[in-house]
Amino acid sequence: MLEVCGVRSPEELFAHLPEAVRLKRPLALAPGVSEYEIVDYFRKRGDETANGYASFLGAGVYAHYRPVLVDTVVARGEFLTSYTPYQAEISQGTLTTIFEFQTMICQLTGMDLANASMYDGSTAVAEAALMAARFTSKGGLLVARTVHPEYREVLKTYAKNQGMPITEFGYDPETAQADLDDLERKLNDLTAAVIVQSPNFFGVVEDVSRVTEMAHKRGALAIMGFTEAVSLGILEPPAADIVAGELQSFAISPSYGGPYAGIIATREKFARQMPGRLVGETTDTHGHRAFCLTLATREQHIRREKATSNICTNQALIALMATVFMSVYGKQGLRELAEQNLAKAHYLAGKLKPRFSGPFFNEFVVSAPNPEQINAALLEKKIIGGLPLGRFYPELTDAMLLCATEMSKRAHMDRLAEAF
Amino acid sequence: MAIKKVRPHISPNEALLFERSSPGKKAYQLPDLDVPAVDPITALGVANVRKEIEGFPEVSEVEAIRHFTRLSTWNYAIDHGMYPLGSCTMKYNPRVNELVARTEGLAWAHPYQPESLSQGAMQVMAALESALLEITGMDAVTLQPAAGAHGELTGILLIRALLEHQGNPRKKILIPDSAHGTNPATAAIAGYVVENIRSDEHGLLDLAALEQSVDEDVAGLMVTNPNTLGVFESRIIEAAEVLHRKGALLYMDGANMNALVGIARPGDFGVDVMHLNLHKTFSTPHGGGGPGGGPVAVKKHLEPYLPVPRLKRVDGHLAFDYNRPCSIGKVKAFYGNFGVLLRALAYILAHGGNGLRNATMDAVLNANYIRKKLEPFFDLPYTLPNMHEVVFSDDRQARLGVRTGDIAKRLIDYGFHPYTVSFPLIVHGAMMIEPTETEGKLELDLFIDAMISIAKEIETEPQTVKTAPHSTRTSRVDEVKAARKPVLKWTPASP
Repeated sequence: MLEVCGVRSPEELFAHLPEAVRLKRPLALAPGVSEYEIVDYFRKRGDETANGYASFLGAGVYAHYRPVLVDTVVARGEFLTSYTPYQAEISQGTLTTIFEFQTMICQLTGMDLANASMYDGSTAVAEAALMAARFTSKGGLLVARTVHPEYREVLKTYAKNQGMPITEFGYDPETAQADLDDLERKLNDLTAAVIVQSPNFFGVVEDVSRVTEMAHKRGALAIMGFTEAVSLGILEPPAADIVAGELQSFAISPSYGGPYAGIIATREKFARQMPGRLVGETTDTHGHRAFCLTLATREQHIRREKATSNICTNQALIALMATVFMSVYGKQGLRELAEQNLAKAHYLAGKLKPRFSGPFFNEFVVSAPNPEQINAALLEKKIIGGLPLGRFYPELTDAMLLCATEMSKRAHMDRLAEAF
Repeated sequence: MAIKKVRPHISPNEALLFERSSPGKKAYQLPDLDVPAVDPITALGVANVRKEIEGFPEVSEVEAIRHFTRLSTWNYAIDHGMYPLGSCTMKYNPRVNELVARTEGLAWAHPYQPESLSQGAMQVMAALESALLEITGMDAVTLQPAAGAHGELTGILLIRALLEHQGNPRKKILIPDSAHGTNPATAAIAGYVVENIRSDEHGLLDLAALEQSVDEDVAGLMVTNPNTLGVFESRIIEAAEVLHRKGALLYMDGANMNALVGIARPGDFGVDVMHLNLHKTFSTPHGGGGPGGGPVAVKKHLEPYLPVPRLKRVDGHLAFDYNRPCSIGKVKAFYGNFGVLLRALAYILAHGGNGLRNATMDAVLNANYIRKKLEPFFDLPYTLPNMHEVVFSDDRQARLGVRTGDIAKRLIDYGFHPYTVSFPLIVHGAMMIEPTETEGKLELDLFIDAMISIAKEIETEPQTVKTAPHSTRTSRVDEVKAARKPVLKWTPASP
């Protein structure tokens, strides 16, 4: 090969690089190691974490059982090691699963169309806000304080340079639902979108229909975010204009915060504003059903600076995990799973007395004069307690957010309750 | 015509899951509840409880596994063979990385679990940060961005934050006409106006044009290096000086970093901020379109603006620092695509410094070998030495009515994934080929044979090429029809 290239060593192929740019020493990295040593290294790192603890953390990331089929499917090299399906003739596997994914997300959310995935729930909500601004040609964003605090942080980063001022509205201290009177006061004709999350950060189900009506009266769109996708198995599909959320609950490992998969689903009339990839049905030259990426004129590789988003790589393999999860649980299973979550959380809540009265799914807030102290005591029992809320809500330094899922065992819940 | 690599075999048909479903079938089993059941209507209120999810699948476990296995066989993948998509760096995805990503204490780590119980995960991040700094020659890095384009956005927001801090965010971002589409889309989302600058006759950054364009309104230049022709921007240091003199910054798109690791470091040639694509250079799987990882590395002057939180060491432990008043904020919830970061670290550990450099040299050697072998058959409009990829034009074949897209489709019949088609835009009918270091001479020769064979077919039987592929279960798909009347989800056939 060197001879064909007309050089004596591979180094000569770099001879054209200016002297000044070249690295004149070896990289100061440890020498390469064997497969066994790599496994060993990560096993040790894994042992330096919360291995063997029962956990009651939720707050946007949930511990749900991952059916074995999920990893069986995503470990297949045909899915794992393929690129974005631009070459439709040899990508029908990926394209078909994305089409099924889009369909299932529509069935779950009651929306007309869903995209192939966003990076995560937080960026999905931010991109949904940009969609609303484009459609309404307005910029104001009204965001409930009950939306995940980190999602609101990301929204700020995205909106800041788009001329999109963000105003937050509060929550009812009794129910922990969004304060609709506060929303009414703050809504105006410059509002592009009202953003709520349901179940909200405190686990409480919001009145999304009412929020949507209020938004529409002022020519704004209603965006519903969600972080706990299992709730869609039992909750009425939202009446919102755009649904933007996180599918981590669908067999995606918590993995210290990612990779997860976000989604945006919406009504037909907003299709041209949709960011990200979409798969559509068509036929091949023999008339067989086939799928391909479509409506690409919205996207960066065609539209460049006029694109609906700069997103390119998304979360395809993670979305496939969710697709397999939805297929395994199916119509009955997702409902049963949601009911189990509801039962577990309500069992725990029955022992602890939630702080707020709003209806909740699998998370709720409890009062605790010193949440950190309780958590420290729980750690002694190999239990990770709830998330102390003072970090995100200065008025809730005496409260923590607890979550129970189908994986929470009664014995652990009993032990947790004893600590209060 | 001689197709050496493949011959057809049976391919199973498979309906959509929804068409396979029948009521009552299930592929799951939940444990019996160990707590009392709760009536949803009592707990949530009648208005909040949904009816059944109409159309949702109902299949058995065997049906589910067969469904996805059958669909998988309709894909081409790196595991099948060479995947020479230019600028996509489709290299082998080591399987040990998949295994270690599933290590219990890491895969199940909750982002809000106490830092004292997260040290292992945080160490993985710290180790990757320091390796990436050594590789790039930069001063600080954030692992938060989820993919390349997300990294670009983070990088441009950093530039904006620094300039704002100095009193004026400025108005424009300069982008060469050879750039990837994400660059201009990113600049627009960051609130900048995009100004394109033309490449010179060699396909390089035109320094004179740059000098003319840079004024007090220019915030920065986004440049890919090596550029999308696979050519190193040899005057990058001068370009950085031109920008810096006027207070503008140099952003480097690191999509093509596979040509530089161990050879040259952006931090040593004037780059202020750059992103890396872990799913390209550092072998994490593309997974049919993600997940990715887009760390952003910066020089010292941009460090105060990096997203929160930042990893820091306190008394021998790792901790997250949120107290960063100049930070641009968060670009994503939590800390980044940790599972992807972990795989990238595994790749770096396996290779070590020398191994990474060897990979770069193999990647560049492979691209040059392909160039030499194919140059007699295809036009090469830009002839400067190339690095990890080579871009031909279809000019010679187009005269016979066959375009780059046709040749790409014909490659499929020969058992290869196509190269990148019609990009970069500065090459007429571009055929952008990136073999990566993964391929050995055997696979490269098969690819070269296939390309030469197709070049000959174009002279004798162009119609065969123009209607390819012929051996796939799906022939050319009607993309126009898909876009004209979009069908974006399955609906039951009307009775």
